[in-house]
Amino acid sequence: MDTSKPLTQYPMELLAEMFRRMNMVREFELRAIEERHGGLIPGFIHSCVGQEATAVGACLALNQDDVITSTHRGHGHLIGKGGNPKYMMAELAARSPGYCLGRGGSLHMADFDLGILGANGIVGGGIPIAVGAALAFAIRKEPRLALAFFGDGATNEGAFHEAANMAGVWNLPVIFFCENNSYGEGTAIERCTPITDLVVRAAGYGIHGISVDGNDILAVYESVNEAAGRARSGCGATFIEAKTYRWRGHYEGDPQVYRSPEEIETWKQRDPIAALRARLLQAGLFQDGDLEELQGQVFAQLDEAVAFAAAAPRPAPEDALAGVYADTHNGLVF
Amino acid sequence: MRELTYSEAIREAMCEEMRRDPAVFLMGEDVGVFGGVWGVSHDMLAEFGPERVRDTAISEIAIVGGGLGAAMMGMRPIVEIMFGDFLMCAGDQIANQVAKARFMSGGKANVPLTIRVTTGAPGSAAAQHSQSPESWFMNVPGLKIITPTTPADAKGLLKSAIRGQDPVIFFEHKMLYALKGMVPEDADFTVPLGKAAVMRPGKDVTVIGIGVMVQKALQAAEKLAAEGIEAEVIDPRTLIPLDVQTLVESVAKTGRVVIAHEAHLRAGPGAEIAAVLAEQAIEYLDGPILRVGARNVPLPYSPELEQSVLPDVDDILQAVRRFWQSGVL
Repeated sequence: MDTSKPLTQYPMELLAEMFRRMNMVREFELRAIEERHGGLIPGFIHSCVGQEATAVGACLALNQDDVITSTHRGHGHLIGKGGNPKYMMAELAARSPGYCLGRGGSLHMADFDLGILGANGIVGGGIPIAVGAALAFAIRKEPRLALAFFGDGATNEGAFHEAANMAGVWNLPVIFFCENNSYGEGTAIERCTPITDLVVRAAGYGIHGISVDGNDILAVYESVNEAAGRARSGCGATFIEAKTYRWRGHYEGDPQVYRSPEEIETWKQRDPIAALRARLLQAGLFQDGDLEELQGQVFAQLDEAVAFAAAAPRPAPEDALAGVYADTHNGLVF
Repeated sequence: MRELTYSEAIREAMCEEMRRDPAVFLMGEDVGVFGGVWGVSHDMLAEFGPERVRDTAISEIAIVGGGLGAAMMGMRPIVEIMFGDFLMCAGDQIANQVAKARFMSGGKANVPLTIRVTTGAPGSAAAQHSQSPESWFMNVPGLKIITPTTPADAKGLLKSAIRGQDPVIFFEHKMLYALKGMVPEDADFTVPLGKAAVMRPGKDVTVIGIGVMVQKALQAAEKLAAEGIEAEVIDPRTLIPLDVQTLVESVAKTGRVVIAHEAHLRAGPGAEIAAVLAEQAIEYLDGPILRVGARNVPLPYSPELEQSVLPDVDDILQAVRRFWQSGVL
């Protein structure tokens, strides 16, 4: 990926938004972990701390009416696509005003108005859904596209291969965005996958492949921009492999026996947020104060989100029956 | 009204809905050029073109998952899975994605997806092409399960499925494709889900048939009538939702019930229906709730073995006669 484009060629608003959203992703995760320990959040959290550049960079290259499917490590994707931390936090807290009315939790958050078709509890489960969304756009000849986020582990699922093949043969406007963080849960990629550069899999489906530094948000943004351009101009699907790293365990509480503290430390030296911060300052486009102000906005918004979630009503027990079917045939399906 | 086969009725339902609504399209293995391996979608490619009659790879996950994504984006896909046995290839998409999308998303996902699939034993197709997997999916909230048994019902129920907002698995019995019957020509003829059909009235025993066993129950009822036993044959038509009221009313009248399906007996659809009747109609029953179904072994290839495993008219007759032989009457 050519990342030599000078920062001055990017709109200031976009750069500020990259920085703000990356900070929101990180701080949202840290706050959610805190609230999980504090008891506000009853369910599991799979944090994406360290993977902020892939989530935000990819989503900011999309239009609002483009759609994404996300993963179990999906909070960053939601924030990247414009998800509201208030409704996210309320969903994590299992409250009625949450994104899924408290029915879904972390693994199933969705906001169709923002093109977020849902996180997913099944590895690879969202990939065929994204291809189906792209099929709908293609049939209706709409200039929209679908982007499926997934990890390196998902490229060993049949769902990925079937969906990639379908997208390839039908030339669908879809982006397969692989966040390769080197671990499928607790198993290192080299222990379960015979290749380490997953981008080579694109060729097997006749689709374009791009390899990118997943900790460089501008590189990620450019790669998705290029893929989106191809999709919108009828050139079909692209597979993007973005190499990145999650700083925390697969889930909060993961003992992480499968990797060393030194390895984690090495990747922390490549902090994607610190990298963007340094570039913004170095280019003289932002001052320390500007960036601190953006971070301040994030903290204020998160305080508000947590307060909103904590004060939000819990669903009434009988609400559980209300959401399974659109048409219940006078209650017969229950 | 004119006579059509079950297969022609299904085709007519798809064609009418595709003419009526540009959001409806068909995809699956060999549905286009081939016309469907059972011939159901023959010549639809010529009328609707390759954008709307889409031949796919042999990729059940992508067929169902792709249908789900398209449905979420406002299309009304009909996806065809060639054999019920192959539904398991798409197991995650059906049970974890399609069925739960609306609920998990807090109602944001609308899933007007119809999964058409064949079911049942066509004869010597052996263990991976003969199963009746309806009840596998009855334990997954979020799906609707339709088992049409007449040409008119096949047409009317399929149109309801396509026009509805919820995901449906539409089980077409292979041995019913050639069955003929009168079918309304009205393009807005539909059959509602959750309404059982009384196929033959009777006062002595209720026989609830599912799929091809409705035909066999009707044959059994003919023979029983000659013996002076009036069997009431009921076709639930949809297993989810289930028209419990019609079943209970019939049992209240007859006091005896046999449930017949081609699925394996253990935990087949009859197990659920029997449990519901035990809960809601036990006071009307003069004897045990009896079930007729395939024996609990994989379906064999040899005709002799297969016939010993599959339920037939005689099995229904034997079950019904038990009420009288055992002195329950």
